Amino acid sequence: MIPLLFRRLALGFVTVWLVSVIIFLGVEALPGDACTAVLERDAHGEALAKCRTDMGLNAPALARYADWAGAALQGDFGVSANGQESISQIVGYRVRNSLLLATGALSVGIPLSIFLGTMAGLWRDSWIDILFSSGAIFAMTIPEFVAATILILLFAIWLGWVPAIVLTPADAPPLEFFPEFVLAAVVLTMIMIAHIMRMVRSSVIDVMASDYVQMATLKGVPYWQIVFRHALPNALLPAINVIALTVAWLLGGVVVVEVVFNYPGLGRLLIDAISDRDLPVVQAITMIVAATYVGVNLVADILGLLLNPRLRSHHMGHR
Amino acid sequence: MTAPAAPVRRTRALTTLRDMAARPSGAIGLTLITLHLIIALISPWIAPFDYKEMNSAVILGNPGAGHLLGTDHLGRDVFTRVLLGGREALLVTGIATPIAMLWGGMLGVLLGLRGGWIDEVLMRLVDAFLALPGILPLLVLITVFGSGNEVLTPTLAFFFGIPVIRVARAAAHEVVARDFISAARARGHSPLSIVRREILPNVTDTLLVEGAMRWSWMLLGFSALSFLGFGVAPPTPDWGLMVSDARVYMSLAPWGVLGPMIALSSLIIGINLTADALAKALGLDQGRKAVI
Repeated sequence: MIPLLFRRLALGFVTVWLVSVIIFLGVEALPGDACTAVLERDAHGEALAKCRTDMGLNAPALARYADWAGAALQGDFGVSANGQESISQIVGYRVRNSLLLATGALSVGIPLSIFLGTMAGLWRDSWIDILFSSGAIFAMTIPEFVAATILILLFAIWLGWVPAIVLTPADAPPLEFFPEFVLAAVVLTMIMIAHIMRMVRSSVIDVMASDYVQMATLKGVPYWQIVFRHALPNALLPAINVIALTVAWLLGGVVVVEVVFNYPGLGRLLIDAISDRDLPVVQAITMIVAATYVGVNLVADILGLLLNPRLRSHHMGHR
Repeated sequence: MTAPAAPVRRTRALTTLRDMAARPSGAIGLTLITLHLIIALISPWIAPFDYKEMNSAVILGNPGAGHLLGTDHLGRDVFTRVLLGGREALLVTGIATPIAMLWGGMLGVLLGLRGGWIDEVLMRLVDAFLALPGILPLLVLITVFGSGNEVLTPTLAFFFGIPVIRVARAAAHEVVARDFISAARARGHSPLSIVRREILPNVTDTLLVEGAMRWSWMLLGFSALSFLGFGVAPPTPDWGLMVSDARVYMSLAPWGVLGPMIALSSLIIGINLTADALAKALGLDQGRKAVI
């Protein structure tokens, strides 16, 4: 099992490294560089040459990649193209805000989705199941901005319960986000619940049909004891990977939701950076998201290995 | 030998289609898709107004009196724009989805068949690309190349083909292990002919269902890009862009967002229902246990 863990870990590092190479090469292939971006119209002659020497842009690409990647490993992503601000500083608050939103959504979403999924799975094909499952399919299918807009229309405009958008600045203390970010968190929670619930449901159905659950039933073990002691621990195992994917999605893929609610997280920063063509910031965000994605999935894989004795014995190919 | 093969396959396509239409999900899904395709094709001729005709007399006008869904912030007819608003999305995804399935599917099958170091290296690259979730890689590429259909179509075809590699590779792996492949190898068939005659017919079902799902995801991606302002350029009507424009005036004119949202959602739901029915009709739904 130890070699398997190491293989997973190594694969994770290779993936992140490849992402960094792809991103670096992508930016490298662009016309113009950090100096033409900073100097704009003054980018010619002596000023350009001086800037390139100052920023070390005359070094060969490999050396510059090593510099960039080395600094990024220590959390230093350089300065943004237009503002001359430290990227780590701008990104820092945004990461915190995105984490805040994700924590809000996860702390409600995970328990609720496990509960709903178990109910739907135990009472398969009942009206509860049909209600929950079709609701989940609906929430998963419609675009994120449609779900968000419907909720704003309903709760912010028609009922007036919560504010429609977030106006708190990015560097405000976490508590100040509280009433404003609720609707954004609800949208994310809804989509998340839909995904995890479906997984839990089908997993519960599988486990309840298994031999050992039938054995326990025949032995006369009370129904709820079977559900909680025998079925659920095994049924939740496959859900770990879906939860991991959802966490990674929450941290990186919530671009649209953050834009809809004007929430000052990583996703909106990315959109702003793209509109400004601020490549260093885009580079930094992409790296952070990719590293998070790989890291979270790695943790899920390792947890899965530790919790599931069956996977420990034989080598698992990547399917 | 090849002559009788064609009618057999056509019959199978027909029975699959019949099977799909007999299920509620397939019937609703196919109807929605057909309806959207017909509207997309004939909307320039049936739309009651010109989509860029602004009428300053009826800015954010109420539904009724000629304007079925009211007017937007520039006094343009919302109903006309909803009718026309899917054309760009259907055109781009309609071209990009088959390309994505084709290149991703072929490469995946070849990798699954060959294995070795090329497989190992390319799969690591696939992992790296997939480590950028959601529309993030699309956004990054748009930063580099700018938006517009001529950029979006190849970009979508490229990125949505990457996960297909994995699916096709896994499907090919499953087939490769079976006896009839060993038999074909023993008979001395070339790898190409094994792919064409033994493996492809066995993975096309999986790829068809995958393709239907990819289409709906691509539509989601396309409309999200439009919504964020990186897709279709105004004044061309597009659902994502319309929602983004009308959102500001939502409290005064909710039909401005409701119209395009219902149109877009009904198309995507239609595709998903169809994909579901297709999976069931092809007998690929063993693990899913879906209700509908």
